[in-house]
Amino acid sequence: MDAPHTAAGQLARRHRFQWWELLPWIAAIAAFFAFPTYLAFGTQLLIVILFALSLDLVLGYAGIVTLGHAAFFGAGAYTVGMLASQLGWNEPLSGLLAAAAVAGLIGFVSGLVLLRTHGLTLLMLTLCTMALLEQAANMGAHWTGGFDGIPGLSFDKILGLFSFDVLYFRSQYLYVLAVLLLCFVAVRMLVYSSFGQSLTGVRENLLRMHAVGAPVRARLVAVYTISAALAGVAGGLFTQATGYVNLSVLGLERAAGVMIILILGGYGRLYGAFVGAVAYMVLEHMLAKAYPTAWQLGIGVTLILVALYARNGIIGIGEALLRRLRGGGQA
Amino acid sequence: MRISKAFKLGLVAASFAAVAATAQAQTVKVGVVLPYSGVGAEFAQQVDRGMQVFMKLNPNAFGPYKVELIKRDSKNPSGAEAKTAVQELITQEKVDILTGFIYSPDAIASASLFTEAKKPAVIMNAGTAWITNLSPMIARVSFSMWHAGHAMGEASVKNLKAKTAVVGYSDFPPGRDSLDAFKRAFEANGGKVIDAIPMGGPGQVPDFTPFFQRAKDRKPDVFFVFVPSGDHAVAVMKTYNALGMRQAGIKLVGPGDLTPDYKLQGMGDDAVGLITAHHYNADLDNAHNKRFVETWKKDYGANATPDFMAVQGYDGMAAIAHAVVAMKGRMDPEGTMNALKGWKFDSPRGPISIDPATRDIVMNEYLSEVVKQGGRLVQKNIGVITAVKDMCKELKEGKCK
Repeated sequence: MDAPHTAAGQLARRHRFQWWELLPWIAAIAAFFAFPTYLAFGTQLLIVILFALSLDLVLGYAGIVTLGHAAFFGAGAYTVGMLASQLGWNEPLSGLLAAAAVAGLIGFVSGLVLLRTHGLTLLMLTLCTMALLEQAANMGAHWTGGFDGIPGLSFDKILGLFSFDVLYFRSQYLYVLAVLLLCFVAVRMLVYSSFGQSLTGVRENLLRMHAVGAPVRARLVAVYTISAALAGVAGGLFTQATGYVNLSVLGLERAAGVMIILILGGYGRLYGAFVGAVAYMVLEHMLAKAYPTAWQLGIGVTLILVALYARNGIIGIGEALLRRLRGGGQA
Repeated sequence: MRISKAFKLGLVAASFAAVAATAQAQTVKVGVVLPYSGVGAEFAQQVDRGMQVFMKLNPNAFGPYKVELIKRDSKNPSGAEAKTAVQELITQEKVDILTGFIYSPDAIASASLFTEAKKPAVIMNAGTAWITNLSPMIARVSFSMWHAGHAMGEASVKNLKAKTAVVGYSDFPPGRDSLDAFKRAFEANGGKVIDAIPMGGPGQVPDFTPFFQRAKDRKPDVFFVFVPSGDHAVAVMKTYNALGMRQAGIKLVGPGDLTPDYKLQGMGDDAVGLITAHHYNADLDNAHNKRFVETWKKDYGANATPDFMAVQGYDGMAAIAHAVVAMKGRMDPEGTMNALKGWKFDSPRGPISIDPATRDIVMNEYLSEVVKQGGRLVQKNIGVITAVKDMCKELKEGKCK
């Protein structure tokens, strides 16, 4: 057979694992050994990556503009917290599954209604859904603890083997990393499947997708549900790792924060969540440590620079550099 | 001969210096966790300055031991940020003792770390009553919401001769605690709470008009209001006057959160006649407070005023200084907690102590009325209840069991 057409070849190759895709995971393991006293922060960082990854599915791939994604993070976080505090259900893995189920269900039901709209209406409705859940959690303070939260949560050993490390967060870090890896592989398979391709189609040209007879709304509801379930897993991990949950898991601050992180890294790109979360959170953490009262200035200036000069996020900068290098080679 | 004498003198001097150096080298590391950024920054500044003023006015309080403050921002009140800050202070900076904590969730989430790492924590604000039950390593120098709420309930009947009351509260734990505390004391003394109105959350200032109208329609003797200290309080005054509730014979009362000292002058004549119960106001008439407020104004400007959070920062440093000296700079956790239990101090807010049984504060509650004196608003002391404990734990209410 002749050499395959370049475009077809690229399409066939694009979903294969590349050698460099191992690097983030090697870095995460290396960080475990290199920074043993930073693992509480590291655990939070990994949870935010998973949360941003779930947002990338809807925002980056399917083009669903949402400002209420913390609704699902919070639903998962409270599911794990309330199962433990009310029913004494402290097994971590089944807790995560329950978190995914509850958050996915809320995503499915709200998606059925919300995804009939788009644009700013959709944005407002996602925000309202989150506000409703937040108020429900506040009114149900008897079960949720409200603003003061559910204190002193503790969980069984992971797989019956590894107990949670209260002071150094070693087992939490590896546990969250393992869950993130599983979820990432699932998301990667999803976006490179024909289902994933059809989502990109909806994002890029809605009319044409309707014209070719694609079941647009069913696809959108499906991806919204999957994304909600993933966000629920992130929320569940948050409660387990912190041993605490309160109203802040449902707040606008969390929803907007993860969006900033995703846009900073580069949305609609598998690794945008990783790059954005690491860049933003490490910068914030280190600045806040050095200048507890003035660190927000540094973050603000960085975000303005990225918004002005790097519309496609940090990954976008990398891509542009690569293009230029390759272009230079051909010339 | 001469040389050897000089040499001997030098040796003696050097050995003295060495002794002094070992005494000085005993540095106690204090981790300070406060919301230095965001909406809580105003509170963090009050506490932080209170700590500074203590160090300035009492340079010898720490004896020969040095104290190093390591500050961390607890950012938003999610609990997780504060917990990470505490974790790093313990594992990276190896602090001996922790302090700060404005928001209750920050203290609640961190409690398991205090216990696990055996690090004493001196809470400088966080007012949820049952926080001190979460860890044997916690001592509190601030207050519980029950201190002022309970005192105001008692005083409303005894001093203001009220028979009926309506309660309006911001719908989050401090508000609900205030409602419970006021109601319990008011009804125990023979009064009756005829309505309780939730008035929105702490996040943003709502339009209080519908809530206040409902309260006015009930025609109570007193209207007890809890809202977060700050901009909420200013809006409460305005609405109370706009609806003519004073003319209708309804007295506005509440905890001192309604009269934040640094916002009082900005409230104008609207605030005159307001009656509050609290453990501190900047107009308290005692020598220690005069010196405290004077130093504050000298350092931070004539228009700056310390409020209750500032004095909590001040007293928190005093408690830490006491523990450092008692432990001779070696902060063994059990010993430190024992030193804090039963600690007594003459504070700008009057005599205070730490209850050895609950590790919570015992202090005076002052009943004061806002009056106008020489063009300035002043809080006039009209009564005092001495040595008030956290009544939530005393009465074993709800989660305080």
